Amino acid sequence: MIRFLLNRLILIVPTFIGITILAFAFVRVLPGDPVLLMAGERGVTPERHAMLMEQFGYDRPIWVQYWDYLMGIFQGNFGISVSTKRPVIRDFLTLFPATVELSACAIIFAVVLGIPAGVIAAVKRGSWYDQTLMGTALVGYSMPIFWLGLLLIIFFSGYLGWTPVSGRIDLLYFFPAVTGFMTIDALLSGQDGAFVSALRHLILPTITLGTIPLAVIARQTRSAMLEVLGDDYVRTARAKGLAPRQVIGQHALRNALIPVVTTIGLQVGVMMAGAILTETIFSWPGIGKWMVDAIGRRDYPVVQAGLLLIALIVMAVNLIVDVLYGLINPRIRHN
Amino acid sequence: MKLMKTLLAASAVLALTVGAAQAKTLVYCSEGSPEGFDPAPFTAGTTFDASSRPIYNRLVQFTKGSSATEPGLAESYDVSEDGLEYTFHLRQGVKFHTTDYFTPTRDFNADDVLFSFERQWKSDNPWYSYSPGIAWNYFDSMSMGTLLSSIEKVDDYTVKFVLTRPEAPFIANLAMDFASIMSKEYADQLAASGTMEMLNQQPIGTGPFQFVNYQQDAAIRYASFDDYWGGVQPIDDLVFAITTDPAVRLQKLQAGECHVMPYPNPADLDVIRGDSNLQLLEQEGLNIGFLGYNTQQPPFDNPAVRKALNMAIDKEAIIEAVFAGQATVAKNPIPPTMWSYNDAIVDDPYDPEGAKAALAAAGIENLSMKVWAMPVSRPYNPDARRMAELIQADFAEVGVTVEIVSMEWAEYLEQSSAVDRDGAVLLGWTGDNGDPDNFLSVLLGCDAVGGNNRAQWCNEEFEKLTQDAKITTDQAERTALYEQAQVVFKDQAPWATIAHSLVFMPMSTKVTGYVMDPKGTHAFDGVDITE
Repeated sequence: MIRFLLNRLILIVPTFIGITILAFAFVRVLPGDPVLLMAGERGVTPERHAMLMEQFGYDRPIWVQYWDYLMGIFQGNFGISVSTKRPVIRDFLTLFPATVELSACAIIFAVVLGIPAGVIAAVKRGSWYDQTLMGTALVGYSMPIFWLGLLLIIFFSGYLGWTPVSGRIDLLYFFPAVTGFMTIDALLSGQDGAFVSALRHLILPTITLGTIPLAVIARQTRSAMLEVLGDDYVRTARAKGLAPRQVIGQHALRNALIPVVTTIGLQVGVMMAGAILTETIFSWPGIGKWMVDAIGRRDYPVVQAGLLLIALIVMAVNLIVDVLYGLINPRIRHN
Repeated sequence: MKLMKTLLAASAVLALTVGAAQAKTLVYCSEGSPEGFDPAPFTAGTTFDASSRPIYNRLVQFTKGSSATEPGLAESYDVSEDGLEYTFHLRQGVKFHTTDYFTPTRDFNADDVLFSFERQWKSDNPWYSYSPGIAWNYFDSMSMGTLLSSIEKVDDYTVKFVLTRPEAPFIANLAMDFASIMSKEYADQLAASGTMEMLNQQPIGTGPFQFVNYQQDAAIRYASFDDYWGGVQPIDDLVFAITTDPAVRLQKLQAGECHVMPYPNPADLDVIRGDSNLQLLEQEGLNIGFLGYNTQQPPFDNPAVRKALNMAIDKEAIIEAVFAGQATVAKNPIPPTMWSYNDAIVDDPYDPEGAKAALAAAGIENLSMKVWAMPVSRPYNPDARRMAELIQADFAEVGVTVEIVSMEWAEYLEQSSAVDRDGAVLLGWTGDNGDPDNFLSVLLGCDAVGGNNRAQWCNEEFEKLTQDAKITTDQAERTALYEQAQVVFKDQAPWATIAHSLVFMPMSTKVTGYVMDPKGTHAFDGVDITE
C-alpha cells in the first residue's frame, strides 16, 4: 500500500510542472494586453504603457517570467493581483472555504441521492420508476446550470419565498470569519438563528451545483449495478439463498462502486467548472466567481494562481480516489 | 496578541450589531466588488461607489444630481487674475472617522490636502508606491502631473495650488474620486507600524459613512458617521450586498433582501414598473455612443460625405433594436445632463433619399467602407455588432457597401486610434469629471488625434473655441464657447452621434431622498427608508 501511494505521489511532480506551464501559457495566449485593458477607452500613452508593463514585469523575456513565477510558487508566493493589489494567495485563502463548503454540500447531495437512486433503478430495471428516474437524470444532466439556478431562485425564493435569493447568510448576522465555513462560523458565533440562516442559504446553490453530478452518479451507479447483477458470483449468492438485501448491498454494490468512485472523483473536477457559474448566480463569494472576474480583467497572477490551485485540488482528489480504490478493491493495490 | 486584538475587535463589532438591532439599515445590492478602498489608484465606478462616495470628501464636490461643482472640504476658493493660482479656504472643525483601528487627534487641515495630492504626484513621496503595482491612473490621465506647478500650505486652513497653464476644468478634476482627501495622521500611523497597504483596506475619511467591515466579494458594511460635517445621516447603517447578476439583484430587491439596485436588465424594466413595491428612477447617462469617421481618409475628409452618411442612419431604429428603447437619440457630442448642452442644435434628419442625393452631389458612387464594431458591451453601446449591422443595412439603402470588422477589445482600442485606420469606428465615452472639456477636448481635440480622437479630426475653429473655454474661468463665458463648439461640430460632422443611454435605478418605495447622479455614481448620503 505504501509503495502504491509513493508511486502515485511521484507521478504528481511532472503533472504539477505541466500544469504550471499550462496555467502560465494560458493567460498569455488570451489576446489582449492587460495594461491596455485596464485603461479601456481612456487609453494610455506609450511611455506610461511601458512603465506599467515594467512595473508588472511583463516586459521581461517570457522564460524569465516563468522562472520567477515557478520560484515564487515554491516559496508560497503566487504574486500580487493586478486589480486589487493584494497578494493572490490571501484572496484565495479567504474565498476558498466558501467554494469548499458549497462543493462539499453539493457532492454529498449528489452521492446521498444518486447512489440509492441508481441502485433502485438497476434492481427495478425497466420499471416506470427506472424510466422516470433515468429520464429525469437526463434532463438534470442537460440543464444549463445558469438557467437552473435562476429558475430555482425565481420559483423558491421569488414565488414561494421559502429560501433566500443569494448570499451566504442573512445580512443581519455579522461575525468575524474564523474557519471561513459559514455554517461552522455561524455556530461558533453563538448568534441566534445564524446557523439556520447559513443552511437556508446553502439549499439552492447546493441543488444547482449538485444536479449534474447527481444525474451522472445515478446513471453510473445504475449501469455498474446492472453489469454486476448479471455476474456469476451474484447468481451464486442468490443461489445460496442470501437475502436480496445482502446480495445487492454486500456483493453487488461493493463491486459496482469502483467505477462509481471514479465518477465521483471526476465530478469534483466538473464541479469546479460548475462552481464558477453557480457562484456567479448566487453571489457566492468563492474562487469560481473570483476567477471569472480575473479573466475579464486579464489579471494574470490571479488567473495563473487560480488555475494552478484548482488543478492541485483536482489532483489531490484524484489521489484520494486512487487510494479509495485500493481500499475498496485489493486487486488494484497489488498490481 | 494578534488573536486577542481580533477577538476584541470582533466582540466590539458584535456589541455594535446587537445594540443596533433596531437600527435603520439600508441595503444596496451592488454590482461588483471594489478593487480597494483607496479610490486614487483605481478607475472603476464600482470601486468609487464603495470608497470615495461614502467614506471620503473632496475640496470641491459635485452638486447632487448635477455635473456642476460646489464647495466641499474647501468652503471657498479664489482664482488669480491669470487663472494660474487657486487658493482654497478650508472648512474648519471637520472630523475624521474614529474606528477600532484609528482614533484621530486633530481635525482636517492643510496637511491632509498636501498629503492627498503629493502621494500621487511626487515620485519621492513614500506613499507614491505604497503597495506593489499601484499606479495613479486618474491623476495621470487627467494630466495633473504636468498641470500642477506647486501645492503650498499657506496656513493650516489655506492651501494654494499653482498651475503651469490656465485650465478651468481643474476645479472639476478636484471633485473627482482620485482627489479624495485622506488623513495624513492615519497615513503616518500606518507608515510607523509598517502596514502602509492597509490604507487600501481599512479606510479613514471625513465622509458621511465610516467603514466597518468588508467580507470579500460578499458584503461591505458602513455606519453613519455621527460627527459628519455635513450632518448626521437619516440611516444608521449602510450595507452593500455584492450581487453580480442583474436578474438575481432584481429577485433580491423584490424579496426585500435589498432596498436599491443599479443596472437592471433592460428586459426587466416592465416587471419593475409593474411592481407596486418598487419605484424606478431614470436619467440620461453621462455618455455618448458614436460612429467616428476617419476624417483624414478620402472620401470621409469631405464633410458633405459625412453629413450625407449621417442622414442615412435610422437612429430611432437603433435605439429600439440595440438599446431596447432605453436610450435617447444623440445630436450633440455631450449628453443633455451636462452643462452647456446646446439644445438649439437640430439633428441631421433621417432621410435616405436626401442622403443618396447628397452623396451623388459629392461625386460618390459605389462607395464601400469598413465599420468597426466593438467586441464588448458598454452602457453607450450594449451591442455594437448589432448596431453595425443596422448601419450596414441603412448604408446599403443609399448604395454604400459596408464590411463589418471586429477584434479583441484591447486590440480594437489600439488599432482604432491609428491615424491611417481604414473605416469608421463605433465607440463611445462616459464622462469623468462632468466638464464639457472632458468630452470635447479629450475626444475631438487636435492633441488627441492618433489617440482618443478616433475621427482623427483637427478643426481650427473648434479647437480655438474649446481651448479658449479651457482657459476661461467664467462659467457663463465657457458655456457660450462650448455651445458654439457644438454648432461647429454639427456642421462638420466628424461623428454620427448615435445615442445617450438611459440609466435606471430600481428601488423599494420605502426609499426616499435618493438622487440620481448624472455621472453614474451611487451615493447614499441623505437617503432614508420609511417602514
